[in-house]
Amino acid sequence: MIRIGVPSKGRLMEKTFDWFGARGLKMSRTGNEREYSGQVEGVDNVSLVLLSAGEIPRELAAGRIDLGVTGTDLVRDKLAHWQTKVTEIAPLGFGHADLVIAIPVAWIDVETLDDLDAAASAFRRTHGHRLRIATKYHRLVRDFLATHGVADYQLTDSQGATEGTVKNQTAEAIADITSSGETLRANHLKILSDGLILQSQATLYRSALATDPGLDALIQRIGF
Amino acid sequence: MLIKAAIRAEAQAAFDAFRATGAVPVEADLLLPAGTLLDLYGEDIRATAYVTQDPDRGEMMLRPDFTVPVVQAHMSHGAEPARYCYMGEVFRQDAETPETLQVGYEVFDRQSPEEADAEVFALFRDALKGLPAQPVTGDIGILMAAVKGLETTPRRKSALLRHIWRPTRFRALLDRFSGRAPMSPARAALLQHLSTGVPADLIAQAGPVVGLRDVAEIAARAEALREDAQTPPIPAIAAAMLYDLLHLQAPARAALTHLQAIAPHLPSIAPAVDRFGRRLDALDRRGVDTQTLAFEASHGRAAMEYYDGFVFSFRHGAETLATGGRYDALTTVLGRGQSIPAVGGILRPHLMAELRSAP
Repeated sequence: MIRIGVPSKGRLMEKTFDWFGARGLKMSRTGNEREYSGQVEGVDNVSLVLLSAGEIPRELAAGRIDLGVTGTDLVRDKLAHWQTKVTEIAPLGFGHADLVIAIPVAWIDVETLDDLDAAASAFRRTHGHRLRIATKYHRLVRDFLATHGVADYQLTDSQGATEGTVKNQTAEAIADITSSGETLRANHLKILSDGLILQSQATLYRSALATDPGLDALIQRIGF
Repeated sequence: MLIKAAIRAEAQAAFDAFRATGAVPVEADLLLPAGTLLDLYGEDIRATAYVTQDPDRGEMMLRPDFTVPVVQAHMSHGAEPARYCYMGEVFRQDAETPETLQVGYEVFDRQSPEEADAEVFALFRDALKGLPAQPVTGDIGILMAAVKGLETTPRRKSALLRHIWRPTRFRALLDRFSGRAPMSPARAALLQHLSTGVPADLIAQAGPVVGLRDVAEIAARAEALREDAQTPPIPAIAAAMLYDLLHLQAPARAALTHLQAIAPHLPSIAPAVDRFGRRLDALDRRGVDTQTLAFEASHGRAAMEYYDGFVFSFRHGAETLATGGRYDALTTVLGRGQSIPAVGGILRPHLMAELRSAP
């Protein structure tokens, strides 16, 4: 049995169903509206697993699902050495979002990572602690800042309403997903000109542990 | 795969040898408060260390190295001068084996730092006797002295010193300060904008000030940027000498001769070059052949943060069997106002045991 993990709710689920539907795999939810169960028609030996998008990377890495749809941002942040655990089969063309570093618009002296680094150094001297960047993408942000030689910052965890942390003074800057930038603007934040960490979109992944003999044929059948 | 007993025996032999010099054995906790280590190494250490959460004590870290707890112990209740040795596990996520034994030796001594450098180096050489280990040495103190002597603003010097352990970043800054790299379009646009008014007005126009970083801090850096844009580039000759210094690789005695030749043109390095010379003499007295000893001016910059003077490694191929160096500034950071010259190093017994068991 081939198990396909799909985000369990919202537009991401609907668009994923549409994407597979256009390729001959009819996916649908079963049972009542609140029950997380689904089915796949048009092909044998394939089952649908409805999951939170954030848990799909882990399930792929563990081999409990063979295929899975989730954001590139989640795979790269949640899995260390992700390339050894999953293979990208296809970007799905929706769920676009950019992971960016944003700072208050009033920081007229900061435009690039180079400025952020210098501002962080001065901030630490003035306030006695490192400049705080709120995010839930710890691995991606840390790797990005290390690559670009930014020091004297600390990551503080924020699992939601991240744009509000600056106003609430629990962080000085943020690293979060944005699509239109509207929420950032509404919270008086701007994006660093070289602060794009990752352009993410919904992507179909294959688990490195997947062994089902029918998997290659299924992937071929949907056109890859 | 080596059995743990063989590695422990290797570690014990080295530890006994360190102890036989009269060093005081010290213990350190396995579980350390993460705050100090994070403040010291920055967020980057999370990529390699094991961090865990205690509901009362906050973040705790499995010991990533001994240096910090040993320095803290010495600074809070050690007598001077002091020599310590230790043996125990350290934990690193990125290592092939995440839990490995380390054996180390640290010297806190205000008398003749060069003698202490040589003492530590020779001790590690002896501990590795019989193993095919190639020594490499360096001296971060010479680089730092060269930067401090540059004809430029204190702000530029401190930016370079702050990134001395991040070679790529350091290089980018030096390229910019010496006019080798063109100004980025983003910086040019930023300066253009800053030239259109006084910072307070520009900040008010930009939007509401949210967060802890206030108008005064923003305005201060805006002014600093304007000043920096007026700063002439670091003279080409001085920059060229610094680039040359960064790439200097030679047998130690030849490196000393070279450095003595450039010191008249870079007077700020003269005291550091003198120390280098005294260290080579001290190494000679301990039977190290400084005519052939490898010296690399940039050795230890990428891997060994907080070392600010003599640095050394013993390598076999890609493996580093031992590493160490001088870290005077770290004792200032951890010493709450006190400081003491310090030098030390660690051995990796699992690599030693592996080499010894190799056919």
